[in-house]
Amino acid sequence: MPGLGTSFGRGGATTYVQDLQNADCILIEGSNFAECHPVAFRFVMKAKERGAKIIHVDPRYTRTSAVADLYAPIRSGTDIVFLGALIGWLLENERYFKEYVVAYTNASFIVGEAFGDTEDLDGLFSGFIDVPADGRGGASGGPAPGTYDVSSWQFETEQVARADGNGTVAVPKRDETLAHPRCVINVLRRHFARYTPELLEDVCGTPRETFLEIANLLADNSGRERTTAFAYAVGWTQHTVGVQYIRTAAILQMLLGNMGRPGGGIMALRGHANIQGATDIPTLYDLLPGYLPMPSALREEQTLAQYLKNATKPTGWWSNTPKYVVSLLKAYYGDAATPENDFCYDYLPQIVGDHSTLPTQIAMKDGNVKGYFVIGQNPASSGLNAELARAALERLEWMVVVDAYETETAAFWRREGADPARIGTELFFIPSAVVLEKDGSMTNTNRLLQWHDRALEPAGDARSDLYIIHQLGLRLKKLYAASTDQKDRGLRALVWDYTSEDPHERALEEPSALKVLNEISGYLVEPGKAPSECAQVAGFAQLKDDGSTASGCWIYSGVTPDKQTNRARNRKGDDVAALDWGFAWPANRRMLYNRASADPAGKPWSERKKYIYWDEAARKWAGPDVPDFPVDKPPGAAAKPGAGGLDAHSGSDPFIMQAEGRAQLFVAGALKDGPLPAHYEPLESVVRNLVYRQQSNPTLRQWDRDDNRYNPPQSPDFPYVLTTYRLTEQSGIMTRYVPWLAELQPALFAEIDPELAVAKFVRNGDWVTISTLVGELEARALVSGRMRPLRLGKGQRVHQIGIPYNYGPLGHSSGDAVGDLVSLAMDPNVSIHEAKTISCNLRAGRRASYRSGEVDRDVPPEQRTLRGEARAHGRDGGGGPS
Amino acid sequence: MANGFFTDTTLCIGCKACEVACKQWNQLPADGYEFTGNSYDNTVALGGTTWRHVAFIEQAAPLDRPPTENKWLMMSDVCKHCTYAGCLEACPTGAIVRNEFDDVYIQPDVCNGCGYCVPSCPFGVVDLIAHADYTEGRKFESDGRSHDDATQTAGGVAGKCTLCYDRQKVGFTPACAKACPTESIQFGDVDELRARAKRRVAQLEARGVHSYLYGVGEDWSVGDLNAFFLLTDRPGAYNLPERPVLPSTHQPAGYTSAALAAAALALAGFAIFRRA
Repeated sequence: MPGLGTSFGRGGATTYVQDLQNADCILIEGSNFAECHPVAFRFVMKAKERGAKIIHVDPRYTRTSAVADLYAPIRSGTDIVFLGALIGWLLENERYFKEYVVAYTNASFIVGEAFGDTEDLDGLFSGFIDVPADGRGGASGGPAPGTYDVSSWQFETEQVARADGNGTVAVPKRDETLAHPRCVINVLRRHFARYTPELLEDVCGTPRETFLEIANLLADNSGRERTTAFAYAVGWTQHTVGVQYIRTAAILQMLLGNMGRPGGGIMALRGHANIQGATDIPTLYDLLPGYLPMPSALREEQTLAQYLKNATKPTGWWSNTPKYVVSLLKAYYGDAATPENDFCYDYLPQIVGDHSTLPTQIAMKDGNVKGYFVIGQNPASSGLNAELARAALERLEWMVVVDAYETETAAFWRREGADPARIGTELFFIPSAVVLEKDGSMTNTNRLLQWHDRALEPAGDARSDLYIIHQLGLRLKKLYAASTDQKDRGLRALVWDYTSEDPHERALEEPSALKVLNEISGYLVEPGKAPSECAQVAGFAQLKDDGSTASGCWIYSGVTPDKQTNRARNRKGDDVAALDWGFAWPANRRMLYNRASADPAGKPWSERKKYIYWDEAARKWAGPDVPDFPVDKPPGAAAKPGAGGLDAHSGSDPFIMQAEGRAQLFVAGALKDGPLPAHYEPLESVVRNLVYRQQSNPTLRQWDRDDNRYNPPQSPDFPYVLTTYRLTEQSGIMTRYVPWLAELQPALFAEIDPELAVAKFVRNGDWVTISTLVGELEARALVSGRMRPLRLGKGQRVHQIGIPYNYGPLGHSSGDAVGDLVSLAMDPNVSIHEAKTISCNLRAGRRASYRSGEVDRDVPPEQRTLRGEARAHGRDGGGGPS
Repeated sequence: MANGFFTDTTLCIGCKACEVACKQWNQLPADGYEFTGNSYDNTVALGGTTWRHVAFIEQAAPLDRPPTENKWLMMSDVCKHCTYAGCLEACPTGAIVRNEFDDVYIQPDVCNGCGYCVPSCPFGVVDLIAHADYTEGRKFESDGRSHDDATQTAGGVAGKCTLCYDRQKVGFTPACAKACPTESIQFGDVDELRARAKRRVAQLEARGVHSYLYGVGEDWSVGDLNAFFLLTDRPGAYNLPERPVLPSTHQPAGYTSAALAAAALALAGFAIFRRA
C-alpha cells in the first residue's frame, strides 16, 4: 500500500482488471495471476488474443507461466535487482518516455546536498541511527530496530513569490534540463548503475538474454502509441523489503510513462473478496477509515488541532483531511461531538507502538494479552510461526471465535501435542453465517463496491457478523450506560442506530446493512435526528470540517447519494469502464491518475491510447471514465504557489493527492527504509548479498527468541530456498470442508526439482520432511521439471522448493500448516511478514509427531492453571495480570 | 439442431471451475481424497461421478534450454457425445438415447446397471456409479433445483455428462461452460462451433502456434464429436485415442469369421464323421 501511496498518492491498484485487455504487454511478477485470480485473468487472455505479450517472472513455472509468452525464472527474494536492472537499462539506453517523465514526475527536483545514497554508504542511506554490528539490522533480541532520521532525504528548496502577492513560499528546486547532478533522475542513474544484467544473473539466477528480451519488450511497448501494464500480488509484498519492491515497480512504470494510461498502470491484485474493503474500513491498527492516520501517543497529537496539523498537507487533495476527520467523528459520536469538545477526538484510543498482528502474537505468547476476538481468521494454521500462534492462545484468559467452521484456531486446545487439562483459556465459539446468508457489500481489487443480498437464512444458531457486532455494541452500551469512568465515554456516546425497517429482519433483530452503508457514505447532520432521518451527502466534496456532515469513510462517500439509491447495487455492464456496474472509490473513478493519459496540453498522447482528454468546446475533461482531476480546470492553468489544496498545482500536474502534484520517483522521507529501493537479502537468505555489504534490510523488525529462531544466513544446515503460495483449488479451512474442492488438491505437497529429489533419494509421491529452526512439516513430494535449480554468482547453485499455504490439520483435505516453518520478521513500513522467502532443509520420510503435553513445554505453570483455581480474570487474586 | 462443446485447450488455465460447477449442478459426490502425484491432476479420469476432468501434462524443457520452453498442457476432458456412440449401441434397455439437442443422454430411471456401455466407449468416459456413493450421510436433495427427478443420478446406474440436458431445456448454458473464466469451454450449435474452431486454428497458425481439431472432419467409425477439442499435441499426449473405434464396427468381421468358422467346422465334421 505505501509503495503505491507514496509514489502516486493512493494505496490501491491504479487501474481496473478489465483495462488489462487494452495492454500491449503485461508483466506479471510477484503474482501467480492465473491460479490466484482466475476470473480477472480472463482479461489477460483477452489482451493476449489482441496480440499483447504476456511475461511471467516467478521462482516456479506455474499455470500462469503455461499461458505466458515468456517465462523467466528468478530466485525468490531478488525482485529489486530484477526491476532495478530494468531501471538501469532504461536510463542507460535512454529508452524511458522522457516527455512524460519530465512533465509528470519529480525527475527534475533537486535532492538536498545532505542526502547520502547507498553508493556512498555501502548499502545504507544517510541518517541511519543505531548502526548494527552484525550487518543484519536491529539490536539482537530487542524490539528496537535500526531506524533512519529522514531529514536528509528532502529536496533542496527555493523561495518563490506567492500567487496572492503576500511574500514567498518554499518549493522544491528543479532543473527541467535534467543536467544537475543531484536532480532526481541523475540520483536514480547513479543509484541503479550497479544493477547490471551481469549482477542480475549472479543474484537472481535469470539468464541475461532473457532479461534483455524482457527489457526490450517493455521499452518497445511503452511510449505514446503503446502501453504496458504490471500486475503483482503478495509475491512482492510479503518480504522484509516488500514496500520497496512496489516502489521499484512504481519507478519503472513512471519511467516508461504508463501510469494513468489505458492498458498501463499497476494492477495490485488483492486477494480475498474483501481484503480491499478490510483496509479501506480498516482492520489495520494504525489507520482510521479512509486511510486517515490513527492518533498516536508517540506523536504530539493530544488535541484535534495537533492531530490535524500532523495529518494535513497544505497542498494536494489531502489538504481536505480535516473535513474527513471531523465527519468521521460525527459519524462515531453524533450529537455528543461538538466543536467545543474537539468533536470527541479524545474518545479515540491512541496507539503506543506497533500493535499489528506479529507483535501482538508475541505479546500474547508472553501472557500480555487477556482476550482475543478472532473473526473469520485462522491464525492457528494460516498464521506465521503457527505453533507460536497456537501456543499463544493457551496464554489468553478468554477467546471468542466467530466463524462458519470449527477452525484450527477454535480447536487449538486439542491439537497434536496439546494437553487440554492444562489449558486455562475460556473459549467461546459463535457460529457465523456465510456470504450468501447475509446482506452487505464487498470491495474487490478494482476498489469496486458490490452489494450482495441475503439469499437464504443461516442454519441453526449461525448469525451474520453484523448481528454479532451489533449485539455486542448494544450490550456494551447498556453495561456501561451508568459508568462515570473516562475511558467509557466513547461507548456511551457511540451512535449505534442500525435497527432494520424491514419487519422480517426486525423480528430476528438483524440490523440493517444498508443503514451501515448509508452512514459510511455520509449524511447532513441534523441535531436531535437519527442518521436514518437525515439526508445523504452526494459525495466527499460535500463533507465539511464544522460538524455539519458525518461520514464513516470519506473515500466511499457517494455510494449511497440518497436514501433510495445504492450504487453498489448497479449491474449495468459495458465493454469499457462499466461506470454503471457497482461503485468504485474514489467517486466511481475506475482508473486513477487518468489525467496522465493526456499530454500537458490536454491532448491524448496518441489516438490509439486516448482515454481522458480536454474538450475545449465544453471546457471540461472528457472520456469514458470519471476524470481524476478537477473537471473544469484547463490543462494550461498555472500553478499558484502558496495557495492551498489543488490550486497549488498546475493544469498538468496529474497526481492530485501528492503535495507537488507529481509522481514521486524519489520519495522524500515517507518510508522507513529509504527514498529509493535497494536490494537487501531476505533475513533467511542462502547467499551473501552481492549488491552491498549490508546483508538485510537494516530497519526490518525481528524477534530473536527461543520460540522464533531464524535460520542463520548461508547456513549449510538450511541450504534450500523455500517459497510459499496458494492453489486455485483451495483457500483455507473454508474450502477444506467442501468435498468438491478438497478432492481436487487433497494433500499438502512440496514441489521439488528432479535433481534435488535424486540427491535426497526421494521419488514422486514419497513423504518428505521440510525443516527450519522454528518447525518441521511433512508433505508429499511432487517432483517436477517445472522446478529448476538456479545458477548464481560465484558458482553457487541453489534449489528452490515450493509449498502451498492452504492446509491445516482439519478438513477433508488436510496437511501440516506451512506457517509452522516461518519465523516472525516484518518490513518496517506496514509490518508485513516475510513469508515468501525462507531457507530450509529437506529429508525423505515423515516427521516426528508430538505426544500429548509435549508441545510448548515452556508455558509457565501459572499460565496453565484452570479457571476456578487461581486465575479468575485477575480480580480474585493470584496468578495472571489484572 | 445439434448443441455441443468446443473446448479450446489454448485458453485453459487449469482452474478446474468446470469440474466443480459440474459436480455442484449435478450434485455428484466427491470421489475420495487420494493424492496421486500426477501433476496437479488428482481426478485422473472421467467416471460415473466425475463428468468433467482437467488433465495436466507436464512437458519440461531439457535443462540446457531456457525454462520458457517448458510446456504444461491443460485440457478439460468430457464425454464426446459421438455421432455414432458406442455406449448407445451397446445399451440393451434403450436407456441411452440421443435427445432433441442431438446429445447422448443416459436416462437414469431406465438404466438397469448392466454396465455394457462401460467397455463400449472408446474414450473410457462412461462408468457405473457405485451404490456406496449414495449411502447414509451423503444427501443430495432435489428440491430447489429446476428440473425433474428423472434426471437425478442414483447409485447402481451408469453416469456421464448429460451436456446439462436439464439446463439446455430451459435455455441455460451448461454449468461448465458458464463457469469457465477464459471461455476455453464454448457451448452452442455444433456447426457454428466448428466454423469458429477452424478460424481459431488459422489464427493460431498465423501466430506460429500449431494446433488442430480433434473430432471434426474425421473419418472415424464414431463419426465426428459433438464435444470436440482444439489440441496442440498428438492425441496420445492427452491420453486420448489416436483413432477411436466404434465397437460395433468389429461386428461384420466378427460374424463373418464366426460364419466361416462354423462352415469350416461343419465341413470338418462331415469329413471326420462320414461313414467310411
